[in-house]
Parts: sequence; structure tokens; C-alpha cells
Amino acid sequence: MANKKHVQCTINGEHTEFLCEPRQSLLETLRDVLGLTGSKEGCLTGDCGACSVLVDERVVCSCLMLGVEAEGKTLVTVEGMAEESELHPLQQKFLDNAALQCGICTPGFLVAAKALLDRNPTPSEAEIRYALAGNLCRCTGYDKIVHAVLDAAKVMQEA
Amino acid sequence: MATAPTQEFKIIGTRPVRPDGVDKVTGRAKYGADYSFPGMLHGKVLRSPHAHARIKSINVDKALKLPGVKAVVLGKDLPELESKIEFIGEISLNPHYLAHNVLARDKVLYNGHAVAAVAATSPHIAEEALALIEVDYEVLPPLLDVREAMRSDAPILHPELRNKEEPDKQTNVASHVQFKRGDLEAGFKAADYIVEREFDTSMVHQGYIEPHNAVGVYNSDGHATIYCSTQGAFDVRSMSARVLGMPVGNIKVVPAEIGGGFGGKTTVYLEPLSVALSKATGKPVKLIMTRSEVLRATGPTSGSHIRIKMGATKEGKLTAAEVWMAYEAGAFPGSPVMAGAMTILAPYVLDHLLIDGYDVVLNKPKTAAYRAPGATNAAFASETVIDELAEKCGIDPLQFRIMNGAKEGSLQPAGPPFKRIGMIETCQALANSPHYKSKLVGKNRGRGVAIGFWFNAGMQSTATVNIHTDGSASVVTGSPDIGGSRASMAMIAAEVLGLSFEEVRAVVSDTDSVGHTDVTGGSRVTFATGMAVYEAAQDAVRQLKERAARMWERKFDEIDFQAGKAISKNNGVPPMTVKEIAAKFPRTGGPITGRASVSARGVGAAFAACCIDVEVDPETAKVQVLRATIAQDAGRAIHPSYVEGQMQGGTAQGIGWALNEEYFYDQAGLMRNSGFLDYRMPTCLDLPLIEPVIVEVPNPGHPLGVRGVGEVSIVPPPAAVANAIYRAIGVRMTELPMSPPRLFKAMKNKRS
Amino acid sequence: MHEFSYEAPTTVADAVRLLAAPRDGARVLCGGTDILIQMRAGVRKPSLLVDVKNIPELRQIKFDPKTGLRLGAAVACIEIFESALMHKHYPGLTEAAHLIGSTQIQSRASVGGNLCNGSPAADTTPALIALSAVAHLIGLGGERDVPVEEFVTGPGQTVLKPGELLVDLRIAAPRPHSSDCYLRLIPRNEMDIAVVGVGAAITLEGNRCVAAKIALGAVGPTQIVARKAGEWLVGKELDAAAFEKAGDLASEVCTPIDDMRGTAEYRRHIVDVLTKRALQAAAERARNN
Repeated sequence: MANKKHVQCTINGEHTEFLCEPRQSLLETLRDVLGLTGSKEGCLTGDCGACSVLVDERVVCSCLMLGVEAEGKTLVTVEGMAEESELHPLQQKFLDNAALQCGICTPGFLVAAKALLDRNPTPSEAEIRYALAGNLCRCTGYDKIVHAVLDAAKVMQEA
Repeated sequence: MATAPTQEFKIIGTRPVRPDGVDKVTGRAKYGADYSFPGMLHGKVLRSPHAHARIKSINVDKALKLPGVKAVVLGKDLPELESKIEFIGEISLNPHYLAHNVLARDKVLYNGHAVAAVAATSPHIAEEALALIEVDYEVLPPLLDVREAMRSDAPILHPELRNKEEPDKQTNVASHVQFKRGDLEAGFKAADYIVEREFDTSMVHQGYIEPHNAVGVYNSDGHATIYCSTQGAFDVRSMSARVLGMPVGNIKVVPAEIGGGFGGKTTVYLEPLSVALSKATGKPVKLIMTRSEVLRATGPTSGSHIRIKMGATKEGKLTAAEVWMAYEAGAFPGSPVMAGAMTILAPYVLDHLLIDGYDVVLNKPKTAAYRAPGATNAAFASETVIDELAEKCGIDPLQFRIMNGAKEGSLQPAGPPFKRIGMIETCQALANSPHYKSKLVGKNRGRGVAIGFWFNAGMQSTATVNIHTDGSASVVTGSPDIGGSRASMAMIAAEVLGLSFEEVRAVVSDTDSVGHTDVTGGSRVTFATGMAVYEAAQDAVRQLKERAARMWERKFDEIDFQAGKAISKNNGVPPMTVKEIAAKFPRTGGPITGRASVSARGVGAAFAACCIDVEVDPETAKVQVLRATIAQDAGRAIHPSYVEGQMQGGTAQGIGWALNEEYFYDQAGLMRNSGFLDYRMPTCLDLPLIEPVIVEVPNPGHPLGVRGVGEVSIVPPPAAVANAIYRAIGVRMTELPMSPPRLFKAMKNKRS
Repeated sequence: MHEFSYEAPTTVADAVRLLAAPRDGARVLCGGTDILIQMRAGVRKPSLLVDVKNIPELRQIKFDPKTGLRLGAAVACIEIFESALMHKHYPGLTEAAHLIGSTQIQSRASVGGNLCNGSPAADTTPALIALSAVAHLIGLGGERDVPVEEFVTGPGQTVLKPGELLVDLRIAAPRPHSSDCYLRLIPRNEMDIAVVGVGAAITLEGNRCVAAKIALGAVGPTQIVARKAGEWLVGKELDAAAFEKAGDLASEVCTPIDDMRGTAEYRRHIVDVLTKRALQAAAERARNN
């Protein structure tokens, strides 16, 4: 379509170029244009956080950002959390704590939790609950997610 | 934590990392919406803006002229099916109603009812096309209240609908169920205290985070494949076949990873449309619902009106109970009122009871299963009244429940006696919990308890266990993994085969690659599919023993199998490992596959008991949950972490139901809160840590003692919260949700 | 979503020119947390979105003890929360900005966007009104200043003319012994739209109130200034009875409706409760300033 824009940005450490229509959200661009389907669509209104990604180190709902707005930005998605073949401590602790059941909210929780730990390496339970309040999970009652983030913070402090 | 001895097990009862875990924390796991195919089109569904209307005409000319639009499918393009009850799989349903829910024909029956489906080259173009479809509606008066819908002068949704009691009369009452025992009058006469209350609960949604999705691929040879997130691939296959008029065997359903269901993904909405659009265009077609569509047009669970009268002696013995319950079915018959009637008094020994339940259609979405469907509404009513009776008797509410609790041999309301159940043990586990033993201090705070019952389901499952050439194994089932069931299936197989957990991979297969398996629902996967896996692994062990016997030139009876090794009983040859036997497959008869199919009997009923502390802001009437503990009889916890997860998740849903979740309709019958902003599910700031107490009273009907664990934990929390609110501020709530405006009104009424 | 064009100018002049150009409506794209939802729902259909986040003037927080605050219209809520001077001088506005949505939303949403969206339930608008904030606008015809309490004219409606851009919000430097507070009632603890929001600013001499302004959100078609309540407080010694009375007076001026977020009766009561609590909190802060 003639209306498509050329966008350059960095995604998960890689320089990336793509074409997208202005009406395509960043989420749609990641999933349908770039094939990065790890970010999930839950509501398209910014209420569930399943589409959370980092943009210039801030956590945002990629459903409420346009693909064209990514121009010049540095993005991290769930696909970029693991280093080489080693899982991020958050990913490992989510597994160890059984902090996921269906797993659809997990990418968003991991990204939001990473944003939290990047700024606050030793959060309290209350701080974790506040930081993750924009991510809905319907399976776990959040209990094991909160424990996983506490454990990951501990492991990262010790490392 | 009360746990039965597990020394006899090596793997069962441990907490390994689930086999699908890495895929799910790295974003690699493929959910339905993640499937794409070359040339794929995108579909959207036009939905009714009215709650009740006759469709006079539909004109799709303008939509078809929009560049990029490839096809429009209407109700008239699908076969018209006779209205009668059929068994599809294990589910009894009326295919006529199913088909009319998938796509309306002459009438729309709720706001959001599907009217047309469009396929186009992008989702945006498909959406633009919806606006170009011209539908001429004759708007009819909407029915939104269950008791109004039951009145003889109410507008009629389905002119042909009749119930057995009045076969000649048009009605919105689809069915009436009644359970009766003893002499009600005598029972109430024996009571020193009688409490009679009426309860109203609103429709609530399962609220899974992943919207419904489907990719349909129709081939010109008449075969089709559906990729979708579902709790039951085989049900999607049989239901889609029925709606589309295709042979069942011509459809293959590939179950994608599923992002939550809780009962809501046990029927079809988009799946048949994806195939119809694919057939019309010759291309794969993907449809994904918006959140608003999910809330307006997929099955919530029933709102209800319940009257209940119960009596007790001053010593605390329940004497009689009378229940009248009407459940909203939504636009088509089929509420869970039968389950509500079966569960409402089940935890208690009652000699005299009468339960009447009514299934009522009205202009709201057709309800679907939701975690112990029907039981939560019912327990909200009965457990609040029980609490009031305990208070009148001056007996601790948990002790009151234990005193009247059902045991093995007690009669269920529906008639049959209970087998071995853990009602008493579960209540005692809660009574012994640190939470219940602690003292709650502070103003405007209160503690409430309640218990819940769910009968759980058996049904059909198939499993195969393949022994690989290196002695590792895979276990293949047809049960979509919604909460970690791959882990428990692999654990059961590994336990039987004597392999390590890591040596067994669990696979969820498509409908062509494994035998029929009923839904992931009814808390049945670990029970029934687990039973099939157990038997399939036993079958593999039998074959391993045969091979060892052949290699050692012994009789089969002379071979034992222990801890992953074949052992010759009567001579000194060293035991042979699975790996060693597998290495010889080509020369001993080929690969080994263990198989089992079950129609599982021996289902074990489940009980849960819940304790919740709340604080109420006396000025704003806002309730904060301070602490929650849930005790539940799992029979046997295969993977305790995922058992706890089910208990905690159900409790969280129950708290959401208690406090803020509801379908909010305006007078025209339009849903006003069809998004996660105003359909208020708990965030992690709204909940405390939820303490799980696993109780293990083994189910004698299962080789490993398993009961289902998926559902019953949702049943007690709304009543527990209501009882806690009463103890905090002295107000008995009889409505769900107990949202701030509702509680404010109740507090004000009490003052005046 | 419908088709539209996108531009991301780097100067106010370019933004104004772009906003004025299309005949069928251009809208500003700032955090996108309202406009994109409205466009998806078909509520607004601009043919052009003008992304203003690359314009330096709209991205800065400037404070001068004499002239006060200039808060760029596109400053993200999270940046306000991370600003020590915002916490120090305008704690009520800062907490309002921190109540908007989740961390994800606060990374994108702005106070300027919250205002221009024109929602009666906007969290930061009552806080701005309580502080007598002024909106600084630039359009093709030049600049003008509009008091925030006159900015929103109806649900989703504002005084902005075609081509006009909100550049920043201007608030006087706080006087000694003054402070502010914003409180809202939501059914959950996060992620909800205010059922009622109350912004209050107060100035004290000792324990006597010398100035007070109260603004109410989500209880009328636009934010409502509870003028009588504020004026009544002036000259009063602040005790529990004074706060109660101010709450009563505030609830008299609100005009709430019944909807999925609350009943009119409940909202009226909550205005009373929150006004009292917000004034108490603001006064407590003012005493320490």
C-alpha cells in the first residue's frame, strides 16, 4: 500500500528495518510483519499487558503504540530476554515456581518484571504487585508470579 | 500441609519444570493467533447492535465491492439443522441452537450475536467491510431479567421452545429439574432456627486472557484443517462438522497452545466460520476476536436468582432445606442449573430437602461452562445461610459445617450415596491452618469461611506411550494443556516406566493422530487422561517384559518390572534397562507403543474450604481482601505446584466474582462494560498471597488416587467474602458482586 | 482501524501547520493511550495523526521559584513521577499522574493528553484545576492562555480550535504553607477509571485556611469546581468539622449519573468523603511546607 512507512529501529539488539501502515500497531507490526509472535494480544486497550515490550527501557503496551512510532527506538521483546542459550533469571524462576499455567500472559509479565528489576533490583512484594498491576493473569492468582519475581531478584543480586 | 505418604512414588509428588515451559517463557510457544500461512486471509464478524431483533434483510453488495474483500458468509449459507437434543461427543446439545449461535438466521438474540462473517486481505479491510454490510432489523423488546423471562406474558425468544411440563405452551423456561427427599414440613418443624433468604448474582465471564481464534484451511478435496486454541479439539471437530454439514472425518483440528479457558473454550464460535470462509475463498482464513467480542458474544456463566430456606436445631443439626433456583441460560437453552441443584446442598447430611431448578432463556449471550459451572452461584446462597444458622446456634462456622458434613455413604441431593470423600478432612485442614488459628485484629475487619463441592467428570480419553530407540519415551494425548497437564502426564508415565521425568516428553496431538479424547474440563485431565496414560504406560511395560522374556528365553510370568528394569525372577542374569531393551527393538519385534483408551469411571468428588479476611472502608464501602487460605482435597497431588496453582487461581476468580465482576446491561440490553477496563478482574494489587493447603484423601476409583483439582476452588470464595463482610460491618450481602455501590446501598439500608 | 497518515514534526510551527491542514480532522498523537482506543472503536476518525513527542518544548519540565512550573504537554506521566521537584512542589498533581493506568500506560500517557482527551473522569485534570493551572496554546492565529477549568467544554470536547496545539501547562510557584492532593475512588486498586476524583489545593496561616480550591472529576459532563466549598473554608480554623462541612458543600454541586462505574447516589456520597480526605491530606502537607 502506498501509505506504508519505512521504519528503522533496534529490536532485541539487532538493527531492523520494516515497512508498515500507520494504522498498524507496534504489536501488529511485531507479530504480523516481523514474525515476533511472542508478544500477545489480549485486549487492544492497554488493560491486560500481554503485549508489553520495552521501548527505550520503558515498558509499554505495544497495542497502544503505532509501528511507525518505533522509528529510532530500541526495543526489547520477550524473544530478546534470554542471553544466547541461557534463560534470563526471571524466565528460569517463572519455570521453577510454576508461575505460569496457560502461559499467554507470561511474555508480558516477564517484560514488565524485567523493567521493574532493571530499575529496582530489590523490590518488596508490594512494589512488585504495584509494578505488575498492569498485567492481568487469570490462571495463577498471581501468587507464584510474585514469588518468582522475588526469587529472580534474589538470584540476580547474588550473581 | 496434610499429605498422604508418597514414599512409594519416585516422581509423583515432586515438582519438575513442565516440558512446555521453555517455549512458554521465551515466546516460542504457538497459540492459535500465532499461526500464519502463505496467502492467508483475515476474517471479521459482524455482530448485532441489538439485544433482540428480527433480521428483515441483509445486503452485502457494498462490502463485496471494497477492494481486498474476498467473501461474506451469512447464516443462510450454512445448513439448517433440525432442533433436537443430540450427543456430540459426551456433550448433549441441540445442533440447531449451536448453529444459530455461530451465525444468526432470522433473529438476533443478544447484543453481539454473530450476523455475518467477512474475509479480506487484511484485518483492517475486513473490519471496514463490516461497516458496509447493511442489515435491516426490526427491534424487539429485550428480556434481561430471569424472573421476568419466566412470566407467562413475557416476550418469547424461541417460538418452538417447549418444556416437558407444559408441552403445548410457548415459554422461555427450557427445563425444570427437581430433587426431593424426606418430609420437608417435618424437617422444618424440627428446627429451632429457620433462615430464609433470596440471592441475586450477575452473569460473569471466565476472563481468559487469550481471545478466541481460529485458522481454517479448506481443501478442494472436501477436507479441512482448523488450528485453534480450544479445550477440546475433538469437540471442535464434531461441532464444526455438524454446523458445516461435513463428515466428522473430513475435519482435522490442531489444538494450538491455549491461553486460558476455564470452560469457556469448550464450544465453537469462530471455528466453523473459518472453514466456511476458507471454502468460499480457497485460502486459509484466520479470525481473532476482540476483547469486546469475547465478552459480548462468548459464553459467560449464568446470572441467577436463588431462594433458600434452611432449618437447624439449636444444637446445630441441619433439619431441612428448600431451594428454588432460576439460572440464565442466555439466548439458547443450557444453563448449568442442573449442576447447581446437584451441588447446592451436597456437602451436608440432610434428611429433608426440596430443590427446584429452572433453565431460562433471555437476551444475553449463550452461557458456556465456567469452572464448576453452576456451583458457585449456589454456594454463595447456601453457604451464606449456613453461616447465619451457625451464628444463631452460637457454633464456630467451620465446626458447624463439620458437624453436618457429608461422609462416605451420605446421600447426595440427586440421590446416589457418596463414595469415599474428603469433606470433613478438608474442613479440618482449614481449621488447623495457621490462618484459621490466628486472631484477626483491627477495626472493620472480618473473617469468613465457606466450603464448596464439585462432582468432577470422567469421560473418554486416549493415550499412547512410545518407547524411543534410546529408551526414552513420549506420551501422546488429546488433552490440550491448559495449566501444566503435560507435566503430570509425563510424570505418571515416567513413574510407571521407571524413567526419569526428563526422559519422557508429553505431546498434545491433533484429532487425526490420537484417539478420541473429551475436553480439558470437568477437572478430568489428570483423572481420566491420567488414567489412560497410566494404563498405556502399563501396556508398554507389559510389552517390555515380553521382549525381555523373549531375549532371556523365559516365560512372561517369570519377568518382573521394577524401577525401569526388567528382572528375571528365577536366575541370576543382570536386570535389563528400558534402554537396553529398546536397543534390541529391530530384532525382537519392532518398536513398542503402549496404548489405552478409557471411558473413565470411579470419578472422585472434590471439596474445598476457604477462609478469607477482609477490611471494609466504612465510608466508601470498598472491600480489601487481607488474607486468603484455600484447602482442597486433591486425592493425590501429582505435581503439587500445579495443584496449588489451580487452587490459587480458582480462589482468585472467586474473589473477583465476589467483589467486582459482572455483566452490566443497559435497559436496551446493550453490554456497557465489554472491556477489561470496566469488566473488573482482580489485578495483583487486589489480592493477597493465597495460601494453599493440599489435602490428600485418595480416590479409590483411580489407580493413583487422583481426584480432579481444576474447579472446586472457585466455589467457596464469594460466600466466604460475604461472611467476612458480615463479620466486619454487620451487613449480610445477598447480591453478587459486592461492589462498593452495592455494599454502600446495603449498609445504608441497614442503618435506616 | 481506518486508514490515516502519520507525521512526526520536530517544531511547534510544523505541528501547527500540519494540524491545521486536513479538512477532515487531524489529531495530536501523544501517548496514544486514549486516541488509539477511540480510533479502534470508530469513535474518532482523524485522517492525520501528528506525533508531537519529538518537539522539545513539549517534553520538558521547567520550574522557577518565581514564575512557577511549565510542564510540557507531552511529558510522560512516569517522568513526572520520577521528578523530585514535581513531588516537592505539586505532590497532588504528581500522584494524579501516577494513578493513570499501569506502569505501561504511564510510560506513554501525558498530562497534556489526559486534558485534551476531555474525559470527565481524567485523573490529572481536577489536580490541575485545584492548582489553577493555565493551558498555553499555540495556533495559526498566535498564542493564548486558557485556565484549565475552562478548557474542557463537554465529554471529549475542548476549547482547542483546528490547528491549535497545547504546548505546556503553567502553574504558579506554590505559596508558603500550601499544598495539594488528589484522591480518587476506584473499585479495584489499579487499572480503573475514577468513579469519583477530587483534587484539592490549600494554603494555610497557622491552622487557618487562607485559600482553598476543590475540583471534582467523574461527577458531571466536565470537571466541576466546588467553588462554594473552597470559599467557605477561607478564614476557617481547620478541624474535622470544617472538612466535613466542605465535603457536604462539594457534594451539593456535583451532577453525577448512574452507570457501570457507580450510581449517582454513591458518587455524591463519595464526593463528600474524598473531598474531606483530600483536604485533610493537603492541609497536612501544607503544614509541613
